[in-house]
Amino acid sequence: MRQHNRRSLRDLTNEAGADPGRFIADASLRLPLETQVRNTGRGDLAGSLRNQSILISATEQMTAVLALLALDGVARRILLCPPDLAAAHLPHVISAGEVQAVLSDQPPGPDDPRATVRFITCQPNDLAPPPSDADRVATEWILFTSGTTGAPKMVVHTCETLVGPVERARAIGQGAVWSTFYDIRRYGGLQMLLRALVGGGSMVLSNLREPPGEYLGRAAANRVTHISGTPSHWRRALMSPAARDIRPRYVRMSGEVADQAIIDRLRAFYPDATVAHAFASTEAGVAFDVDDGQAGFPAHLITEDTPVALRIEDGSLRIRSSRTAIGYLGDNAPSLPDADGFVDTGDMIEQRGDRCFFAGRREGIINVGGLKVHPEEIEAVINRHPEVQMSLVRGRANPITGAIVVAEVVRKSTATTGASDTIKEEILSLCRSAFPPYKVPASIRIVDSLNVGASGKLARVRA
Amino acid sequence: MQADSDTAPAIRDAITATFTQVAEEQGKTLLPLTDDLALMDSGLDSLCIAIIVARLDDELGLDPFSSGDDMILPVTVGDFIKIYENASA
Repeated sequence: MRQHNRRSLRDLTNEAGADPGRFIADASLRLPLETQVRNTGRGDLAGSLRNQSILISATEQMTAVLALLALDGVARRILLCPPDLAAAHLPHVISAGEVQAVLSDQPPGPDDPRATVRFITCQPNDLAPPPSDADRVATEWILFTSGTTGAPKMVVHTCETLVGPVERARAIGQGAVWSTFYDIRRYGGLQMLLRALVGGGSMVLSNLREPPGEYLGRAAANRVTHISGTPSHWRRALMSPAARDIRPRYVRMSGEVADQAIIDRLRAFYPDATVAHAFASTEAGVAFDVDDGQAGFPAHLITEDTPVALRIEDGSLRIRSSRTAIGYLGDNAPSLPDADGFVDTGDMIEQRGDRCFFAGRREGIINVGGLKVHPEEIEAVINRHPEVQMSLVRGRANPITGAIVVAEVVRKSTATTGASDTIKEEILSLCRSAFPPYKVPASIRIVDSLNVGASGKLARVRA
Repeated sequence: MQADSDTAPAIRDAITATFTQVAEEQGKTLLPLTDDLALMDSGLDSLCIAIIVARLDDELGLDPFSSGDDMILPVTVGDFIKIYENASA
């Protein structure tokens, strides 16, 4: 589908303002945005990717940003691979995404599944947009979220659905310097990048490998004015002496429930800043922002008379708006919006007076510092241990990451050999070889039995 | 390991032992622990600190961060130990 009036991310960035001071920075580069969106590069690389499906699988966030600017409106589909995607999932991603080329900033490793298609190792300067003013393609943007089986779900958006919530950033205008603790390849981080680009501001990228103090130091040196992260990111930041160095005008939380304690703490710490928390998910988009200093959100937001319609059904929040994802990618993928166009967030809502509060997830998903963990996925690995009868994985409240994964394990009655400590150690090493660190139980308890409900399912306590 | 929660040195020892153990498990290089060292500069990331808090809850039966809306966030190793010592007092 081609349209003459379609605007690409690069067009929107260009139109937002030609201030030569606009920049995008990471730990090693500070590039003027102007040269990144003008036709200064060779552009032949992006030109050769026209109408193709491209997996952006880079170490540096900067590479991903420049690829988005170069390829939106050019490629048929861009898959934005998060930094922690396990190599085991790549063959599925490449086939379900019909990937024709992989764009990376590192050469492929030995037996790299990504090398089964065209593999392009590029440097930031290679990623100039193609020079022609040809028609813009309606590029699909694929974002990844975690699924119950461990395989990622691939969520289909477009530049339009993603930019939907950014309107207000346009009003903030030029001079704003945005930053986020998030990786921009996750929905929450991408929202901040789009606010910077489409709102006429600048962007400072974080780096997973960088200690928080150093990131905050860079944010301070670049005079960041608008900064976002999960409540866990902020709890961690406030433990760093460098938190005093930034002078934000706007502090935003998303990705986890913002409790009253962290809201109060941030308002006291940054008295000149507006402290807001947003509700958003990769599938449902941004539903609302609240900046009245109170946890939860006003009940009057639950209405279907607004562009972002909210509904509560079976206790969970549902959202209908032009910002929700279009669907999931792949065969047999569940359809996303229901018959009325609503996306179920799975977040349970409790109303007290004229305020609504989040009361956990329906499926027992554990949120470790903004990263979602499905208990079933961890249990499946624990249950592989020959002496394990059954296991229950749940979240335990934690002051640093909001929640942390813990496990209760029932040993087989026939199992007599082996001390409990040895078995715990073996279970941990199974988990460590299967999962990134945030999914590995911080604590394992050997118990005599677990509650099984009438449905025959493990009785899960809502985290 | 069961620490005696009546005596402050036992708490300090349990905390330093847990720091060392978690750093080793997570493949992190832990700097020598002094009271002035900022937690976030110790070589541990926030997941490590979160795991340490969960382990200390198991081992000492102390979760000093869980009580009330008054959120205290420790900046240094000394702050962290103090919070546990106060909780056991």
